[in-house]
Amino acid sequence: MTLPAPSASRPVRPAGALVIAIAGVTKLYVMGEETIHALRGVSIEIRRNEYLAIMGPSGSGKSTLMNMLGCLDTPTAGRYEFNGHDVARMVDDELADIRNREIGFVFQTFNLLPRADALRNVELPLIYAGVPPPERHARAREALEQVGLGNRLHHKPNELSGGQRQRVAIARALVNRPSIILADEPTGNLDSKTGVEIMALFEHLYAQGNTLIVVTHEEGIARHARRIVRLRDGLIESDGPVD
Amino acid sequence: MERVVSEVTESVRMAFGQIRANPLRSALTALGVIIGIVAVTLMGTAIRGIDLGFDRSLAMLGDDVLYVQKWPWHSVDDWWNYANRPPFYAEDAVALNRIIAATPRSLLDVAVPVAGRGATVKAGGNQVSGVQTLGTTADYGRTISADFAAGRLFTDTEATAGRAVVVLGSDVAEALFPGRSALGETVTVKGYPLEIIGILAKQGSFLGLFSFDNQILLPLNEYRKFFDIRHGAIQLRVKVRDKLRLDEAQEELVGAMRRVRGQVPGERDNFSVNQQQAFKQQLDPIKAGIAFAGLFITGLSLFVGAIGIMNITFVSVKERTKEIGTRKALGARRRSILLQFLIEAVAICLVGGLLGLLVTYGACLGVQAALPNLPIDFSGSLVLTALAVSVLTGVISGFAPAWGASRLDPVVALRYE
Repeated sequence: MTLPAPSASRPVRPAGALVIAIAGVTKLYVMGEETIHALRGVSIEIRRNEYLAIMGPSGSGKSTLMNMLGCLDTPTAGRYEFNGHDVARMVDDELADIRNREIGFVFQTFNLLPRADALRNVELPLIYAGVPPPERHARAREALEQVGLGNRLHHKPNELSGGQRQRVAIARALVNRPSIILADEPTGNLDSKTGVEIMALFEHLYAQGNTLIVVTHEEGIARHARRIVRLRDGLIESDGPVD
Repeated sequence: MERVVSEVTESVRMAFGQIRANPLRSALTALGVIIGIVAVTLMGTAIRGIDLGFDRSLAMLGDDVLYVQKWPWHSVDDWWNYANRPPFYAEDAVALNRIIAATPRSLLDVAVPVAGRGATVKAGGNQVSGVQTLGTTADYGRTISADFAAGRLFTDTEATAGRAVVVLGSDVAEALFPGRSALGETVTVKGYPLEIIGILAKQGSFLGLFSFDNQILLPLNEYRKFFDIRHGAIQLRVKVRDKLRLDEAQEELVGAMRRVRGQVPGERDNFSVNQQQAFKQQLDPIKAGIAFAGLFITGLSLFVGAIGIMNITFVSVKERTKEIGTRKALGARRRSILLQFLIEAVAICLVGGLLGLLVTYGACLGVQAALPNLPIDFSGSLVLTALAVSVLTGVISGFAPAWGASRLDPVVALRYE
């Protein structure tokens, strides 16, 4: 997939408070006899209002880092603080609460509930947050309008195009006003034209003050971000602004 | 709290959505529960019915009556000690009543002699055989809880004089005088004409036990004219004043009876005082055995239904592993996932339970229409119990798969295809 190069005149918003502080994080997986060092000591800081891409070939530890950032997994060793909370030592349900409040996930395969309409899909994080129904509906509707699907509230996923499905997923990621939006190959299942639309939406969300982390193996997608972190063999190879 | 409420509402919605999405699978799974619930509830109504039947029959006889007889109602090993006991006479009842009247604050009310045997009753061209024919006194009316459909019981004067009058049970009256009033008509027993002065109200019976419907009552002094009452044909029935103090009353009766019989201290009673309570107590273990065996066997079919639920919940968890991962990523706690799948299992069980109850209800109506005498009890408590059992089945069978789902690692679950 080829995307047009991002225009040179993109504004870089001033970064805000520290959201994620990772220091010396390692992750080991024991697979039978073998021990796999997925991360060998990674340190990274992410601030509010950043637009970050994480790149790396498969086996680089990219997915492991993403799971770590998304509080789906905890490090074997090292420090991880999310908005000052010590995530490294949290148990399952505490991690679930952090994910619910602080992180909006966008998946490559959209991961929508097939039998629920767009509105109900977007409401899901609010259900787990215990938001009462009237407020829930209002906020879900608002989030769907924000991604341009105000006229598709009651469509089921199979009545929507791929791009529209991903927009629903993005609305779902936005609806609980998270500290970061974590997108895993968000254009991986879309044609290039739709991919461009989604990246434009991300640009828009960034301009509105959201913090975005996009995990991708495509240079073209990564270059939409303002900062690229490259991983190789479980270590950070480079971390810097997009030139 | 708000959170739990919204999770539960969401889970219930999801559960019924899931049932609608897989109608055939859900129907087949629910079928197992339906069959189980139908079997268990039918057995439940049958057991309750048998219980009710016994109770109703016993209550008809009067559960506040003690029976003075030669033989006790339990089996004895030393039958020879009983066989030579002296018989009872109508005069014994008179003597007992005199003692009762003389005893201040007696727990006993009245004693009546009752002789009974089967007989053939005729009227016009009709006849009924095997009719329970009782000879007694006017006091008998105080010991039974029967109502009269028409007429009355014979009076003391009629009884003492041995007037040729008779009271018919409703089945007897119906058989001899179909479609018309038997009051004032004449029946013959052993060729003796008897004038009908009363007809008992229909009682219904359970398995033909203790029914008044197949009885006729006549004065003992008339009865003795054509039936032998010397050889142990008579028993005494004694009504007590307070059935809550039946045991004390029984002690008093034993004392009074020993005086009537002129027994000396130390001598063994030469009579037995029986009470229905003892009879019931003998039946209770049998009934409990039947109930236990019945519920156990029918419970097995429910168990099979439960296995079906467990299986389908495992399948559901497997199929939706990725959804579980997504939900966890979006902030579902373990409890939320556990609840979701438990509620799904319970929903199918509850639907199955409700349908099963409908089937049972229909079956009960059918049986009742076909066999009106059979006591059947389709009660509110049965409904509640069946629904509680359904929910419990859902919880128990859904727990293992739901627990497994709640423990899934979100990273692994999200990667599942």
